[in-house]
Amino acid sequence: MSHLLLLVPFLAVVVLNLLPKRARGAALWVSFGVLGLEAAAAFVERFSSIDSSAFTWLESVFGFRLAADHLSGLAMLCAGIVGMVALLVARRTLKDAGEKFFFANLVLVALVGINGIAMVRDLFSLYVFVEVTAIATFILITASRSGAASRGEQVFEGAWKYIILSVVASVLMLTSIGFFLLSAGDITFDAVKTALGAPGSLTWVAMALFLCGLFVKGGLVPFHGWLADAYTAAPAPVSVFMAGIVTKASGIFALLRIVSSTMGSALPGREILLVVGALTIVVGAFLALGQSNMKRMLAYSSVSQMGYIVLALGGDLNLGILAAGLHFFNHAISKSQLFANAAAIEEQLGTLNMDEMGGIGARMPVTAGTTAVATLSIAGLPPLAGFWSKLLIVLALWNAKEYGFAAVAILASLVTLAYFLSLQRRVFFGKTHPKWAHVKEAAPGLLVPVVALALITIALGVGFPFALRVLLGGGA
Amino acid sequence: MIWMTLLLVVLVLAALWASMTTALLRAALGLALTSALLAVVMFSMGATLAAVMELSVCAGLISVVLVSVTSLTQRRPLKEALANRRSRLRRYWPLPLVLIAVGVALSFVHAPVEIALRVPAGDGDVRTVLWSLRQLDLFGQILILLAGVFGVLVLFRKEAKHDD
Amino acid sequence: MTIEIPQSFWLYFTFFALLLVDGLWCMLATHNLVRILIGLEILMKSVTFFLIVAGYLSGRMALAQALVITVIVIEVVVVVVVAGVILGFFRKHDSLDVENTRSMKG
Repeated sequence: MSHLLLLVPFLAVVVLNLLPKRARGAALWVSFGVLGLEAAAAFVERFSSIDSSAFTWLESVFGFRLAADHLSGLAMLCAGIVGMVALLVARRTLKDAGEKFFFANLVLVALVGINGIAMVRDLFSLYVFVEVTAIATFILITASRSGAASRGEQVFEGAWKYIILSVVASVLMLTSIGFFLLSAGDITFDAVKTALGAPGSLTWVAMALFLCGLFVKGGLVPFHGWLADAYTAAPAPVSVFMAGIVTKASGIFALLRIVSSTMGSALPGREILLVVGALTIVVGAFLALGQSNMKRMLAYSSVSQMGYIVLALGGDLNLGILAAGLHFFNHAISKSQLFANAAAIEEQLGTLNMDEMGGIGARMPVTAGTTAVATLSIAGLPPLAGFWSKLLIVLALWNAKEYGFAAVAILASLVTLAYFLSLQRRVFFGKTHPKWAHVKEAAPGLLVPVVALALITIALGVGFPFALRVLLGGGA
Repeated sequence: MIWMTLLLVVLVLAALWASMTTALLRAALGLALTSALLAVVMFSMGATLAAVMELSVCAGLISVVLVSVTSLTQRRPLKEALANRRSRLRRYWPLPLVLIAVGVALSFVHAPVEIALRVPAGDGDVRTVLWSLRQLDLFGQILILLAGVFGVLVLFRKEAKHDD
Repeated sequence: MTIEIPQSFWLYFTFFALLLVDGLWCMLATHNLVRILIGLEILMKSVTFFLIVAGYLSGRMALAQALVITVIVIEVVVVVVVAGVILGFFRKHDSLDVENTRSMKG
């Protein structure tokens, strides 16, 4: 079963490229179907038991071992949903048939990378799949020319920063792998866990280096410089995909995986996570406050929210991982929705500069309403989904007696609320600028995904106790 | 040990030359030389297969790519290049000194390093390891090559449109 | 089960650090895109060297070789794709100066 998650998207790419040119229009829908299967697969419980029965032949053909657990399921669910949204946005915003075809293919390649990240049990394979995702994403950023006029020179700069920092992160991770080879003798998660338990400072140097590499990939604060440029440079559907899952999977999810499966409960690395997390939250939030480009504000908001996940990992271990996982899901849903909203606004207005907007809410009510749901959820207002994950994060910190960091988490929520209210006020409220008097609501093709995502946010918020059990399989 | 040290010194010198020389073409050749020397180092450490890969792919293929990129983009007038040379010198002269300083500083470090020793001779042959234990990485390689092919297709398609 | 090999480890580590510093300097002290790429390559060389040393000292050379082979393949793809982007940039601006792109702020 877990092998299929790698093989099916890969075979889909191969088949798509064998199709005759005329049939290539179907690529988006084939890709959509694969992503739908992916999201559904996340709900199939107990991957391992399925592996042992019906799919043993796969394991006998392919020698590699994968381990899918509830955490992997979470990443897959997010990847499936976000990918489907990105494809729907691509269908409306990419103009060229060839571009759509490449988009569908590269999303599938990146998806295999994400699935790999979700299921590997070894540091080097983790690095390999992070790299697969990064290269596919890099090509996605540079490939498209749709809307290139408004993005201009930014395309090159964003893509360039992304690939350069990506290689720097690779260097950090590979150095760390070298250290682990020396100090642990192997690079599987189990060997690393054993080595971290033994005395010796070399393993912790190695761990710190690997974490730094992941901080670069996840755009956490000392290394956040590339993120806003890359998101702004990317065409609309690519920024949905990147913000929704790529950065999260290759930076934050990998971090989640390493913390949960190699570090014990007494972490000497906990201080790093707490400090980096708190710094990221605060710096990201204040940077977001000063932006006038809508996508840049959303990008810095992403930086800030990733800080919450890292902060949660520094708290009480079990509760922290639960909280981090839930915030991961909530943020994937809400942020990909906000980027889809931004795509709709860009499509209708031709600009993302919030200073030029104003009073669009009356002209685009659905976009305004769904944006309000997502922003309030990220800011942590009850009863939306974001409230529960932030509550759990604060509880995880409180249980670990990190009262100061808990206070930072709560106070930074106010800044989050501030910049999102500023966004609402500048874009949707107030008198309609005469320039936008004839703006229409976006096409239904762009509204369906955002409405669906907003409904998920509301439903998850209201039915939280039940949802928790399904998502992380706590009771079942 | 002495030969190995000398070899490594030459390796670092080659890398230094690659990063400091003015002409891009020479920098690319310096990188190829660095790669080739690294392959020799690998070979003498017993990493034969990786050495062959390094020699053929890095010293060969990557150099071809770099040299063709430099020759395709080499249109700068001589005067501009000379002016640039002076400012380059300003930015690069500290590098050899920094390298010497780092080298001297690290040569004083003798902290004991704990190195795990696995079961002796439990390592096996590289081909066995690669094809049976690291299959997942091979799958990753295939995917990356696939992504690379898409990259080349996309970038070249863009060029063709641009020239119209 | 651990053994101590202080002498040779620090010798190799010194050369790794030298290559690393060299590559970083090469990347940071220039505005030329091709030169940044060469700096990146030197960084990758240093890491390749370190992985081989790690395999050599820990007696897991086969594993280290397998890793290095994968790293080399990844390296090639990255170089080819980045080179393509550099060519695109050059065709557009007739320059390799990265300063031409500093348009974004904050």
